[in-house]
Amino acid sequence: MVSEGGHGPQTSGEYIQHHLQNLQVCKDEAGEWVWNHCAGNPMTVNVDSMFWSILLGLVFVVWFRSAAKKSSADKPGRLQALVEIIVDFIDGCVKDTFHGKSRLIAPLGLTIFVWVFLMNLMDLIPVDWIPLIAGAAGIPYMKVVPTTDVNITFGMSIAVFFLIIFYTIKNKGILGFVAELTLHPIAPPTKGLGLIAAPLIIAFNFILEIVALIAKPVSLSLRLFGNMFAGELIFILIALLGIYQLPLHFGWAVFHVLIVTLQAFIFMMLTIVYLSLASESH
Amino acid sequence: MDINLTLIGQSIAMLVFVWFCMKFIWPPILGAIEERQEQITEGLAAADRGQKKLEQATAEAEGIIVDARKQATGILDQAHSFANEIVSEGKSDGVKERDRQLAAAKADIEQEANRAREELRGEVSAIAIASAEKILQREIDAKQHEDILSKLAAEL
Repeated sequence: MVSEGGHGPQTSGEYIQHHLQNLQVCKDEAGEWVWNHCAGNPMTVNVDSMFWSILLGLVFVVWFRSAAKKSSADKPGRLQALVEIIVDFIDGCVKDTFHGKSRLIAPLGLTIFVWVFLMNLMDLIPVDWIPLIAGAAGIPYMKVVPTTDVNITFGMSIAVFFLIIFYTIKNKGILGFVAELTLHPIAPPTKGLGLIAAPLIIAFNFILEIVALIAKPVSLSLRLFGNMFAGELIFILIALLGIYQLPLHFGWAVFHVLIVTLQAFIFMMLTIVYLSLASESH
Repeated sequence: MDINLTLIGQSIAMLVFVWFCMKFIWPPILGAIEERQEQITEGLAAADRGQKKLEQATAEAEGIIVDARKQATGILDQAHSFANEIVSEGKSDGVKERDRQLAAAKADIEQEANRAREELRGEVSAIAIASAEKILQREIDAKQHEDILSKLAAEL
């Protein structure tokens, strides 16, 4: 696949670059919304990522809501059984990790797992199909896997980050949150000459803990992004091979099914772990 | 690869989806699962109870059958012995009746014979008297000679 969208012959580099380019709309200096001239502009929306992400989120919501509406204790249908297996699986994961009571953590885990899974699953659609259709419809760029967009993964992990802070403050109070940041891992001395060293120790703890706190969302999002981006890139490279791509594509796709599921599971599991840490005193 | 507004958009989308899931998806599905789990547990317990009851009932029925069989055998034995009794009773009754009737018949016969003998004796003595009268051609005082006549009759 060396040419597409009627742009004439492309080099491999251009092909790859084209596939990694988001469809963007941004507000330029003049205050106008413009398409695809957005490099370095923070007031940009990656329209394709947002579109696919929200579309897949709606798929999740509609699918599970219809199952929830039909759910009863009677004999479940096939689709309901699948939904219930997923729900039961996540309920088990949450109960294994988190022993308190929370109305949020389990639904959060379910949403993250299914949503991230669906977004990752877009990676298995051959890389040219949707961009070709979009090109035919006059859309120049179309990146179909939202989780290969660092904004998407960061958006999710930052939401989780705020939930972590919210839950820590809710369960331990502001003072508890501050104490968690300053009194670990080295307890500052509270009497005698050591008091002089206390501010130093608190500062040291604070730097350490703040890094640990911020590392949570960063690692959460970069792990997902890195895995999916690398997988997508390899699909693109395989697609460059012409007819030889078929066995390679198949092999990588089979392997990628594992990554798709595993990354969704890891993102969910770590979110559950972080939130249970925020809710339980250690 | 720049960080841009998409990040905020995605955060908001995520919070909305999570809220929706928390409100409208998770509770009914988990509720249904838990309800079904309860029903299954109850069903299994009920099946267990049913099994036990069945076993009990079978054992009870077997006991009843054994009892009934014993009773039936008892009744049969009783009936047999009763029948035997009736038969033997009947036999002995028959024998008794036969003996009685035999005895009665014998007594009747004897009585009849005696009567006939007496009659005969009377007649014979009357004939003897008549013949003696005729022979003697005279009145014989029957009363006077009764001892002789009865001796005669006895000899006959």
